[in-house]
Amino acid sequence: MILSDDSVDAIKKTTARYPHRKSAILPGLTIAYRQVGHLNEDLYGEVAEVIGVSKNEVASAATFYTMFPKQKVGKYLIQVCVNISCGLMGAESLMEYLLKKLNVKPGEISEDGLFTVVPVECLGSCTTAPMMQVNQDFYENLTPEKVDQILEDLRKKA
Amino acid sequence: MEKKLLFANIDDPKQPEIDTYISKGGYESFKKVIKEMKPEEVIEEVKKSGIRGRGGAGFPAGMKWSFVPKDSPKPKYLVCNGDESEPGTCKDRVLMEHDPHLVVEGMAIASYAIGAGHAFIYIRGEFDYPASQMRKAIDQAYQKGFLGKNIQGSGYDLEMIVHTGGGAYICGEETALLNSLEGKPGQTRIRPPFPAVEGLYACPTVVNNVETLSNMSLIIKNGGEWYSKIGTEKSTGTRIFCLSGHVKNPGNYELELGTPMSYLINDLGGGIVDGKKLKAIIPGGSSTPILTPDKIDTKLDFESVVEAGSMLGSGGVIVMHEDTDMVWVAKVLAHFYMHESCGECTPCRQGTKWLHDTITRIYNGHGKMEDIDILLDLCDNIEGKTICPLGDAAVIPIRSTINLFRNEYEHYINHKKPLVENKFMSFVNG
Ligand SMILES: Cc1cc2nc3c(=O)[nH]c(=O)nc-3n(C[C@H](O)[C@H](O)[C@H](O)COP(=O)(O)O)c2cc1C
Ligand code: SF4
Ligand code: FES
Repeated sequence: MILSDDSVDAIKKTTARYPHRKSAILPGLTIAYRQVGHLNEDLYGEVAEVIGVSKNEVASAATFYTMFPKQKVGKYLIQVCVNISCGLMGAESLMEYLLKKLNVKPGEISEDGLFTVVPVECLGSCTTAPMMQVNQDFYENLTPEKVDQILEDLRKKA
Repeated sequence: MEKKLLFANIDDPKQPEIDTYISKGGYESFKKVIKEMKPEEVIEEVKKSGIRGRGGAGFPAGMKWSFVPKDSPKPKYLVCNGDESEPGTCKDRVLMEHDPHLVVEGMAIASYAIGAGHAFIYIRGEFDYPASQMRKAIDQAYQKGFLGKNIQGSGYDLEMIVHTGGGAYICGEETALLNSLEGKPGQTRIRPPFPAVEGLYACPTVVNNVETLSNMSLIIKNGGEWYSKIGTEKSTGTRIFCLSGHVKNPGNYELELGTPMSYLINDLGGGIVDGKKLKAIIPGGSSTPILTPDKIDTKLDFESVVEAGSMLGSGGVIVMHEDTDMVWVAKVLAHFYMHESCGECTPCRQGTKWLHDTITRIYNGHGKMEDIDILLDLCDNIEGKTICPLGDAAVIPIRSTINLFRNEYEHYINHKKPLVENKFMSFVNG
C-alpha cells in the first residue's frame, strides 16, 4: 500500500459524506496526490479500492484533470499563471526569471530535487497579478525581490 | 458609486467567525425562511428582487428555482458554483475567504426554497484556502444548529458539503460541473433535460454562482422590493467587478449595476498606469468581446454592455494600454481555450487547436495574409456548432481582435514582427 493510514482514513470519511460514493473520486485523488506528490496506476487502484469503485472509473477521472500531476515533480511545484491578466503584468518574464534562477526547463525537477516550474492558466488571482502557486499556497503581486525571498524561504523549510 | 452590500464586512478580519457573523444579524434570514415562510414565498421574494445570476449568463435566479418540479419524488440538490475559472475573474474567492457564512447562509436559503436536503459547493481544486474557509464555516454552522437535522426546530434537514475539483475551466459549466461532482471527467451534457429536472445523480438540481447566492440573505432580510430598487430596472442590485490589467489600483470593487465603466477604471482604478493611453477593455471575463476606449462610459449593467457590443459576463474587467500587442492577446486566449476544451465536440476540440496554431504561426513571423480569413472561417465553423458555449467563447477574442485591430495582424504578416511591441513584459516595474 502506498497510501498512508491517514490518507485511507481521510478518503473513507469523505466517501461516507456523499449520497453516492463515486462522488468521492476527486476528493480521494486529491488526498492521494497530496500525500505522494503525483498520481500513478497503483494509486488509482488503491483509491478505487478504498472508495469502492472500479479502477477504471478512478483512472478516467484522474487523467482528465490537469491539476493532478502524473509524473514526479519537485518537492515544490511552482505554477506560474501565464493567462491574460497576469500576462499583462509581466508573467512571461516572471516565468523566464524562475527558469533561469532554478536552472530548469518547464516541467523539469531542479538538481536539488526541490523545484518544478510549470506555466498554468488563470488561477483566479487576476487583480493581484502577476502570481504563482507553490503547492497549495498562492503568492501574489510578485516582484523579483519577492520571488527571491520566497525561494529562499522554501529552501530553508525543505 | 461603490455600494458595499456583499462587501459590507469584507475588511473585518473576524468576519469568517460565526459569532461575528451572528452578532451582525447573520443567519436571521435563514431562520426567518425556515420558521415563517413557505418555500414558494421565498422563491416569490427572490423573483421580486429581479436578481440575475452572477456566474456569466445572467439568468433570473427566482425563475430558475421555480423550474424545480415540486411533486418529484426524487431528492433535490443545490449546487453552489465556486469553480471561478474565467480568466479575469476572482470575486467568488474573496467572498468565500472573507465572508464564508454569507455564502453558507445563501446556500441554505436557496436549498430550503427548492426543497433540497443536500447542498454542495463545488470549488476549483486550486482554491485550497477558500475551500478551508468554507469547510470551517460549515462546521461552525453545524455546531450552532444551522445545518444538520431538524434545523432550529423547524423540521427542515440540510447537509452541506465542500467538494473540490481538479482544475478544469469547463467544470464551471453547470452540466460538466455535475459530471465532475459525480466523479466523472468534466464533460458537458446535452440539454434538455435541464439540471432543474435532471441534474446531479439524475435528480432535480439548481446550480447557482457564489455571488448570486451571497445576495440571498440580504434579499430576505430587506425584501425583494428593496433589492429591485438598487441598480437599473432590468439589472437589479450590485455586482462585484474584478478590475485587472494596466490600471493603477486593480482590485475587486462592488458597484451598483448601471455605474459607468469609466468610474470603475478611472476613479476607483486610478486610471491607466505610467500615464499610458487606454487601448482596449474586456468587460466581462475572457469570453466577452473587446471594447475600445470610446465605449468607456458604457454603463455596467446587462443591457448597456450588450448594446455597446459585448457582455457583462463574469464581471472580470481587463484593461489594456497602448503597449499591448493584440495578436499576443489573441494568442494567449487561444491557448487557454485549446487547453480547456473538454474534447467532446469536434468543432471545439479541433477548431481551438487550429485557431491557436494559426495565430501562433502569425505571432512567430510565419503568417500569410490568407491566415486572417482562415481564422475568421474557423470561427464561423466553431460558433454555434458545439454542445456548450465554450466553443463560442473561444471564437470571441479572435474575432474581436481581428475586427478591431486587423492592422496589427497585417503588420505581423508583412513585417514578421508586431506593430506594437509589448512593453510590459518585465515584471520588474509592473
Ligand atoms: C465554459 C463555461 C465556464 C463557466 N464557468 C463558470 C464559473 O467558473 N463559475 C460560475 O459560477 N459559472 C460559470 N459558468 C456558468 C454556469 O454554467 C452557470 O450558468 C452558472 O453557474 C449559473 O449560476 P447563476 O445562475 O447564479 O449565474 C460557466 C459557463 C461556461 C459555458
Ligand atoms: S464546446 Fe468544447 S468544451 Fe463545450 S462540450 Fe464541446 S468540446 Fe467540450
Ligand atoms: S490571469 Fe493570472 S490569475 Fe487570472
